[in-house]
Amino acid sequence: MFINFFYLLRNYGVPVSINEWMTLTEALCRGLAFSSLYGFYTLARSVLVKSETHFDRYDLAFQHYFYGIETPQELTERVMKWLEHALPPLRISPEERKQFQEWDLDELRRQLEERLKEQKGEHHGGGNWIGTGGTSRFGHSGYNPAGVRIGGESVNKSAVKVAAERKYRGFRADETIGIRQFEVALRKLRQLSSKEEGPKEELDLDETIRETGDKGGLLHLVWSRGRKNTVKVLLIMDSGGSMTPYMRICSQLFTAMNRASHFKDLRFFYFHNCIYDNIYLDPTCRLSNSIKTKSFLQLFDPEYKVIFVGDASMAPSEMLMVNGAIDWDVMNEEPGIIWMQRLAEHFDHSIWLNPIPAYYWDRTIGYYTIAMMRKIFPMYELTLEGLEQGIKKLKVNK
Amino acid sequence: MPKVYTSFSGTDDYIASEDLQNSVNIAVALGRPLLIKGEPGTGKTMLARSIAKGLNKKILIWNIKSTTKAKDGLYIYDTVQRLYDSQFGDHDVSDIRHYIKLGKLGEAFASTEQVVLLIDEIDKADIEFPNDLLWELDIMSFDIPETGETITAKHRPIVVITSNAEKELPDAFLRRCIFHYIEFPDEKMMSAIVNVHYPDLEKQLLNEALKAFYWVRSISGLQKKPSTSELLDWVQALTVGGISPNKISKELPFLGVLLKKDRDFNAVLQRLHSQGAQKKTPAPGFLRNW
Repeated sequence: MFINFFYLLRNYGVPVSINEWMTLTEALCRGLAFSSLYGFYTLARSVLVKSETHFDRYDLAFQHYFYGIETPQELTERVMKWLEHALPPLRISPEERKQFQEWDLDELRRQLEERLKEQKGEHHGGGNWIGTGGTSRFGHSGYNPAGVRIGGESVNKSAVKVAAERKYRGFRADETIGIRQFEVALRKLRQLSSKEEGPKEELDLDETIRETGDKGGLLHLVWSRGRKNTVKVLLIMDSGGSMTPYMRICSQLFTAMNRASHFKDLRFFYFHNCIYDNIYLDPTCRLSNSIKTKSFLQLFDPEYKVIFVGDASMAPSEMLMVNGAIDWDVMNEEPGIIWMQRLAEHFDHSIWLNPIPAYYWDRTIGYYTIAMMRKIFPMYELTLEGLEQGIKKLKVNK
Repeated sequence: MPKVYTSFSGTDDYIASEDLQNSVNIAVALGRPLLIKGEPGTGKTMLARSIAKGLNKKILIWNIKSTTKAKDGLYIYDTVQRLYDSQFGDHDVSDIRHYIKLGKLGEAFASTEQVVLLIDEIDKADIEFPNDLLWELDIMSFDIPETGETITAKHRPIVVITSNAEKELPDAFLRRCIFHYIEFPDEKMMSAIVNVHYPDLEKQLLNEALKAFYWVRSISGLQKKPSTSELLDWVQALTVGGISPNKISKELPFLGVLLKKDRDFNAVLQRLHSQGAQKKTPAPGFLRNW
């Protein structure tokens, strides 16, 4: 029963397991859906979906699967879009009201269907098409006593309608988000030192008591090694002009990294589009405030985990040619790609975070260099989800 | 055979949305832990008390701290006490059972009646903490190796777990829970909630306060949006201060009760004043500044 819904949910990216599906089946057998589609909607959601970040996907999948079961007059996303750019509500005098004729629901539905078929785009302020602020029978913020309001509260709770509202869109993890969520994600980047390394400097109270007890009250101190986070991180950010649109998200990541106090060491570096002989110490990328990339490699051992942040979009020559660097005063004897490969080889763990959504990686202007960069570094979107995946990658061995 | 479930429908001091009631009843019927998430101040902790009250059961609260270990919830073996006692010889130290104290989870298992167990703010503890509890929550029983005893739940407790999303919870743990996200209440629900706490509140004052409250919440870029508990405090402050309702939206008195961060405070005041100014004289060339 509904087994296709299970696969549909997984296709929509809701991580449902068989365990949870069995729980749902058990609940259904006990009649916990209360024999209504809305009951099923809440039941399945609380059993199958374990994070509000997945609610939106669940809504989409539910809408997809159960579309048309309750209300055949369901609205398409298209119509909701037309209504988003609304006019202010229309005020109408009592005299004008009389002009609007008698109505009946079936007739209205028929008209709405027809108009859905005919209308091609947004429309505001008229008297016929679906839109806002007008006197058409379809839309919102307008006036027609015999109208259908599209969007707004649902009086009868219809599950498909609730799903269609997509209230949880804001919680999606693949949307770009705030500093705090980045911080939470970054906390996962930790690797505790093992009990086998380092000096024994913490008093092991439990063992001391046990040993002392064993010795009949003769004090016997036991020392152990504490466990500390050993992760060292290098954050290397592109601060070139093409990054300007992503400044906000990058600064959020920067702030989150800066606040994360659990790293053993954390350093920031900058580059412009690609790294060559020098790597910069501040975002203005001036040679006077830079160090040689060669000494950079000597300075930081391969244990450092490296996170590159950049759009990886540039002219192919910037990666492939000698003296291809975009900055006038930068001469590079070796093409950028060699330097990038050198960096990737030197460090055991490195990832690339790209603020451009993954969907556009093969169709944006910089697709060629993005593809090249992806061959060198595992690339993730600069979103919460991307960061989480990246952090997982940083924790496992190559 | 159809079974009759005791069903939870909120209590007179706690208003639960229909969705939330469903989730609680599903969790109770299936005997699964109920995991509650939501914005701070939406009454996550209150829920467990309300369930206990509504279903007429005892409540046990296990407050989680950053140092809490999973084992603490099961039992504590008081070795130090035993050590002391052994030196003076006035207690029978040969019986370890005297030094085993049950934790909250252990208490819930050992109880002779079904109880509600609240595991509050589970994400405060170490990342591995929830995983360490998996087995015990699953089969509702644990061993005490020191005495060789096994504590098995006589009645499966109703387990409510709250989380502030400070740490991600492990998947294996999540799979076993029923999940509910408490949404921020809308205006209608909110006025019902305020009414529960202050039944004698003047209607006009409440309406004005709610209007102002949702206006403040709608300002984008606030570091910490005011929540239900702050609204309740604010309403009380307004009543005690004898503020007349029509002043509320205009002046936002006692704003410090709603907003806890300096930056937010200034941002809201700025918005409030710029709004007033715009009404009088629309600044010329306003659009050109874009």
